[in-house]
Amino acid sequence: MKTIGYIIQKEFKQIFRNKGMLPIIFILPLLQLIILSNAATFEVQHIKFSYIDNDKTSFSRALIDKFNASAYFNVIADFSSKKEANSAMLTGDVDVILEIPHYFERNLLKNKKTTLAVTIDAIDGAAAGVENVYINQIVHDFNKNAQAVLMQPDDLKNKSKTITSIPSFWFNETLNYKTFMVPGILVLLVTMITLFLSGMNIVREKEIGTLEQINVTPIKKHQFVIGKLFPFWIIGLGLLSIGLIIAKILFNVPMVGSVGLMYLYTSIYILVILGMGLFISNFTDTQQQAMFIAWFFVVIFILMSGLFTPIESMPPWAQFLTEFNPIKYFVEVMRMVMLKGASYTDILPQLIKTFIYAIVMNGLAVWSYKKTN
Amino acid sequence: MKNDNVIQVKNLTKKFGDFTAVDSISFEVKKGEIFGFLGANGAGKTTAMKMLIGISKPTSGSAQIADFDVYTHTEDIKKNIGYMSQKFALYDDLTVRENSTFFGGIYGLSRAQIKEKTMQLIEELNLQAVANELVGSLPLGWKQKIAFSVALLHNPKIIFLDEPTGGVDPITRRQFWEMIYKTANNGTTIFVTTHYMDEAEYCDRVSIMVNGKIEALDTPKKLKEQFKATDMNEVFLKLARG
Repeated sequence: MKTIGYIIQKEFKQIFRNKGMLPIIFILPLLQLIILSNAATFEVQHIKFSYIDNDKTSFSRALIDKFNASAYFNVIADFSSKKEANSAMLTGDVDVILEIPHYFERNLLKNKKTTLAVTIDAIDGAAAGVENVYINQIVHDFNKNAQAVLMQPDDLKNKSKTITSIPSFWFNETLNYKTFMVPGILVLLVTMITLFLSGMNIVREKEIGTLEQINVTPIKKHQFVIGKLFPFWIIGLGLLSIGLIIAKILFNVPMVGSVGLMYLYTSIYILVILGMGLFISNFTDTQQQAMFIAWFFVVIFILMSGLFTPIESMPPWAQFLTEFNPIKYFVEVMRMVMLKGASYTDILPQLIKTFIYAIVMNGLAVWSYKKTN
Repeated sequence: MKNDNVIQVKNLTKKFGDFTAVDSISFEVKKGEIFGFLGANGAGKTTAMKMLIGISKPTSGSAQIADFDVYTHTEDIKKNIGYMSQKFALYDDLTVRENSTFFGGIYGLSRAQIKEKTMQLIEELNLQAVANELVGSLPLGWKQKIAFSVALLHNPKIIFLDEPTGGVDPITRRQFWEMIYKTANNGTTIFVTTHYMDEAEYCDRVSIMVNGKIEALDTPKKLKEQFKATDMNEVFLKLARG
């Protein structure tokens, strides 16, 4: 125990003496939290909207005005031909082209029916889908108004009954994407910093040669490993604390659940990541190698964590793989506890899996650290 | 009768694939002896030493260090030896005092012992002025002397020195050898590798390794007679050139 104390003391001194590392540990992640939480949005806004008005009637203008009035669309161009519009889409100047056909108003008045051609740049399929929904909503809205104008009083009796669904969004009533993103990004930061620091720490001692000196001492493997990892465990929890404060103060993310539960889970979760970092450290000879391997895993973990894309829409084999992704559990737990107020029993499955993961990872790490080669 | 050999090596061999780095070496070192372990670069000195200090497993042969076996009791060996190499040994980003405290701590010294030993170290090396400076800012010669003293903190029976005076000026080298003599007089065995042949003359006995084998082992005086040489430099050149 005393021996571990001496190692911890030494590690903390070295960390806080490293003037290059300190800002990387504490300031950069928080800048990232602030920037990413604001920037990484799923909302589709400022859609570059253009139209070709072949009709030029009060009806067609009314339709375009509806788009003008929408917060989602920026009406930026009015093309006279399809060809012109297409070349603008090719260069990426416009996202959406709405073509109003000839006799739009006349057909609507006479036949009560007409068509509109909409072209959407679908390189980003998800955004294109959202844009399509917005356009349909506006057109649908326009339709209703037009019906009111067109309908004869006796038609009102025959007005078809419509069913409207009224959604109520639970846990994030205003569909504020920040509420959704902040806990997730906080998870990423805690993971990345602790993984990189622990992954590079022991390999750094290998590089400068002091690890050999340590290996010649009678220090026990578990003493060395605990002493080495403990400071990063503290740093990880420190990061979580600062992140939670920012989430509350700056983003006003609701914290429905127990803060203690978040800390309980995170303290076990960080053990997984530290074990992983140490494991990487044991199999690499330079910090550069360690960095690359850590980065490789982080990218996979992030993209398969359900943070940006729902796990439910992944193919079955990928869904199976996510079972081994610690970030997935962390994201789930943070969102469940912060936004839903999940209790201890709700997150018990994640808690148990993470705990087992921690034991396995740290077991591997201690096993693979060899004082004698 | 107690065996006074603190190092006993018999047919010790280390192979890396097809390459035999250390080829069946055998020797003994007595308590309090200064044993010079010489050889050209790549002769296998460092590999042999790594087996003796318990950080590399031998392929075959046997060795007892302070009566402990290098296969089964590496951690007991580590309690009884000190090690210092030319490359490093201390943390550059810790002060002299912190390095001493840290290594004293991991060797299991008590707080009072650490304090006393650290004071002693600083006094003996006249480091009062720089005791709280980062080791990285000190000249190499000082670092080597501090590293040597730190390696002795836990009163090891044997101290292994891997080219301790590499890159150090002649005056500091002289002081360093004075420290070695003083330590040997206190009964600590010194196992030292070096490339400086004048230093070989200071050793009680010297072995010379060529291509993984020990080609010569005796006192410097007898080696010179054997090879009809005037100094150790000549002995070394005759052997190393084959």
